[in-house]
Amino acid sequence: MKKVRPGRLLIYAALVMLAAVYLVPVYMTVITSLKAPEAIQLASAWLPPDRPHWQSYATAWDQFAPKLKNSLLLAVTATLLSAALGSLNGYVLSKWTFRGAGVIFPLMVFGMFIPYQSILIPLFQFLRNINLYGGLPGLILVHVVYGLPITTLLFRNFYAEIPDELVSSASIDGGDFFRIYRWIMLPLSGPAFVVVAIWQFTQIWNEFLFAVTLTRPDAQPVTVALANLAGGQAVYWNLPTAGSILAALPTVLVYILLGRFFMRGLLAGALKG
Amino acid sequence: MLSPSLVLLAIFVYGFIGRTVYLSLTDWGRQMALALHPTIHFVGLDNYRELFTGFLDVRFRQDLVNMLYFTLLFVGASLSLGLALAILIDQQVRGEAIFRTIFLFPMSLSLVVTGTMWRWVLQPRGGVNVLPAMIGREPWTFLWLSSRSQYLRFDWQHLPRYLGVGIAIALALVASVGLRRRRRLGPALAGVAAGATLGWALFGPGSHVKLLPFPELHGFNDALIGVVLAATWQMAGYTMALYLAGLRGVPSELREAARVDGASELQVYRYVDLPLLKPITLSALIILGHIALKIFDLVFAMAGPDNAPTSVPAISMYLTTFRGNQLAKGASIAVILLIMVSVLIIPYLVNAFRSRRAELG
Amino acid sequence: MRWRGIRALLVALAVVAVSLAGPVSALAAPAQELEIFSWWSGDEGPALEALIARYQQLYPNVKVINATVAGGAGVAAKAVLKTRMLGGYPPDTFQVHAGQELIGTWVVANRMEDLTWLYKQEGWRSVLPEGLIKLLSTDKGIWSVPVNIHRSNVLWYIPRNLQKWGVKAPATWDDFLKIAPSLKEKGVTPLALGENWTASHLWESVALSKLGPEKWQALWEGKLSWTSPEVLDVWKLFGQILQYTNADAPSLSWQQAIDMVVNGQAAFNVMGDWAAGYMTTTLKLKPGTDFAWAPSPGTRGIFMMLSDTFGLPVGAPHRDHTVAWLRMLGSREAQDIFNPLKGSISPRTDSDLSKYNDYLKSAAQDWRTNKIVGSLVHGVVANERFMNDFATVMEIFLNTRDAQAASNAAQAIAIQAGIAK
Repeated sequence: MKKVRPGRLLIYAALVMLAAVYLVPVYMTVITSLKAPEAIQLASAWLPPDRPHWQSYATAWDQFAPKLKNSLLLAVTATLLSAALGSLNGYVLSKWTFRGAGVIFPLMVFGMFIPYQSILIPLFQFLRNINLYGGLPGLILVHVVYGLPITTLLFRNFYAEIPDELVSSASIDGGDFFRIYRWIMLPLSGPAFVVVAIWQFTQIWNEFLFAVTLTRPDAQPVTVALANLAGGQAVYWNLPTAGSILAALPTVLVYILLGRFFMRGLLAGALKG
Repeated sequence: MLSPSLVLLAIFVYGFIGRTVYLSLTDWGRQMALALHPTIHFVGLDNYRELFTGFLDVRFRQDLVNMLYFTLLFVGASLSLGLALAILIDQQVRGEAIFRTIFLFPMSLSLVVTGTMWRWVLQPRGGVNVLPAMIGREPWTFLWLSSRSQYLRFDWQHLPRYLGVGIAIALALVASVGLRRRRRLGPALAGVAAGATLGWALFGPGSHVKLLPFPELHGFNDALIGVVLAATWQMAGYTMALYLAGLRGVPSELREAARVDGASELQVYRYVDLPLLKPITLSALIILGHIALKIFDLVFAMAGPDNAPTSVPAISMYLTTFRGNQLAKGASIAVILLIMVSVLIIPYLVNAFRSRRAELG
Repeated sequence: MRWRGIRALLVALAVVAVSLAGPVSALAAPAQELEIFSWWSGDEGPALEALIARYQQLYPNVKVINATVAGGAGVAAKAVLKTRMLGGYPPDTFQVHAGQELIGTWVVANRMEDLTWLYKQEGWRSVLPEGLIKLLSTDKGIWSVPVNIHRSNVLWYIPRNLQKWGVKAPATWDDFLKIAPSLKEKGVTPLALGENWTASHLWESVALSKLGPEKWQALWEGKLSWTSPEVLDVWKLFGQILQYTNADAPSLSWQQAIDMVVNGQAAFNVMGDWAAGYMTTTLKLKPGTDFAWAPSPGTRGIFMMLSDTFGLPVGAPHRDHTVAWLRMLGSREAQDIFNPLKGSISPRTDSDLSKYNDYLKSAAQDWRTNKIVGSLVHGVVANERFMNDFATVMEIFLNTRDAQAASNAAQAIAIQAGIAK
């Protein structure tokens, strides 16, 4: 059932056009980041610079280098922990019937929707009280907790697709709660972990409000450094744009390299609600 | 087993929400707001009354309208563009991986970065507006993020009446659905309620209730289109990925069967694929919905904090709390946001869970 | 449901918790530390770093933590600082604008220590203008140390362009309204404007010209009503002036508004004197020849100021180091290190002007001779609540251009903010 050529052409034309439109903001950002500050003018916004001005990247890099390790440590640890907990929660909620599950699940997922600006002050006080203010551990804890709703949601929907017979047959065989998880659910969870991990990694990597409020300078991630590039009374667009590109590279790489797995994870039916 | 998560969420979500609700009922924000131990008085619903009917909170009311408008446009655009992209890519095109990556990567950027990029693209005298000039045409003059034109304007004074009519329509819909399912009592009750509400709103006391002592027009702002564009650019790839996964999961026998029955390609999509994508649409709806509600960084980076045409409640909450030191009022805005989401989300969540259970038996 | 594995999980969580808590002890603040909280970054970073370097020379054993929070148009820094103060964990010292941003937020809440003794020890009262000290004081004390002075009411233009268009820099707004139509006919925007806060910035210059320094002050002391005919006239004049500004103003940063002037798309711009820094350092223009300035129309002889200051919060973890920092900040030497880099002048009347460029020299002259009043937009004359709400009033006016509505709204917020009765 090959399709006719004109139709194919139309499809390609549409795709190429959309892709071009998609790349417009990127083009604009890249050329702006390569301009000298005095050359950034509205009138010439679309034109590439005469000579690339790499200085902005060097400046941005100087500020980012000490923070990259923090971001990496933060994003990786918090992603792994929230994925692990989310997976356990999802397993319980999808495979173990108990009273109140229908209430608990919405209550857990609802956490996704709180506007974080509104809970900043009590959160700060709480972390101070348990002595976790200032460093990465506190920030990791916060990201794990606020990541739980979505990881739980995604894992529950994924596990719901796994036939219950697998679980019940294992139960009859005397498998208990953790053994079923370890030997039946976990081996099947790969795709879900990829989806959840990618989502969480990008969210945590890009988060600013908690990062700037809950840490002291030596524990701050790159988003804070990025904001500082764009701050103050003097905003020269070359710096924030160059910084944006540097700060986005890790997550973009994750997408390019893991995109295949992401798609495969999705294809495995991870997200059927 | 769930308990560690539950304990954490109980503190971090419900503990803090509880505190926010409590604060919203106080007057924290007077002279000594930032004292180490501020004196706080309980004032009941004063803050809420002010937000909805106070002379000076006109900005908050427009913010609510903006949020509604943004959410509708953004969710709608992301779902439809995502579906369109998925269908295009599903045609076994060459270079599929490249296209997928191009459409997906914006999702990996932070909203601040997206905002900074689009701010440039949408500059009235230097962004897309001047593109026509490059091929010798007149440049466009649309003021992307700062346009002050509005449409579908309505008078906030009469909001109770509009709400009454809205509720009546919703109840009538419930009744008609019930009738179609051949139930009796439910639809009858809903029908009566619908009639009563409609009567209240149009002829009864509802037609006299005025929220404000003066007319105050609100409407959908043109300026939000730019924000919708940027947000859709960022998230449509995600819905594309979800739909693509869904399309690939549709058993090919189903499509074949439809084709054998003489269905055109379009009809195959309309009658075979789309219905099967429904659960995915719902998942995407939740994720997009929560982004829309919390949209903050993007608007802040694109249009700044005080650009009323693009402002949303999350921004005025932040400014009210941290710039204006009116902590109680900020808390009430947060609570209003939460109530609005709960009304939309909780029924869906409960329902999704129940139906899943029922299905699994 | 089976609960047998729960013990294992609790153990696992405990391990995680302990390993997370491990590094915490390392975070306990060592005694030899000074945490300086500010929103100076980017181009202002080097000036602050020069100050810190000087401090390190004097006190090599103290570890300075430069806690800069920028971004979000300055609100991010406010959010972090307020969260920390309410959380009972103040930084050792923080940047705050002179005037009500300091007094109305922190001093009324008993969060600052009185520095009168330090002023006496260092003899600052004789080198700082009285008008400035008044802005840092209440009847209970003096609450912070100023490091710099910026001027808000400055009109910027390019002399070569004005010559070409055959106009002169207007001395009053009436002059401006006379020449504006001809500029408009030539396709030139008479007055470049940027986003919302720059409109408020323009407004305060217009108000100052219409009201004069005494009534401007009366407005903030609650002695002049916002609904009085004088203030109503300010809004009316402001509305007339807005007709001659660019339509895309809300999309432009203040730099882009200056760019319009530099590129010859606009004739004038009213902006604070950080604009001089932008034009000299970034655009590499020469003050006095490539670009020129005048007091904003109708405000000759009046210096509308704003000032960055640092204070000593009650309960600062390292009080002694903070005092040493403040002592250094107030010195002539430190101020003459900082200000030429920051593009501002020293509030001290004895600063060494040879270190400053032509624009700053002229500003310093005016500072010593002019009448001094405080800026609204930059935190001097009104408390934060009023400032926050004033942005809304400005939006109401930009939307409706209704002078009466804006006056009424401003009066209402002045009452709520405790400024008017």
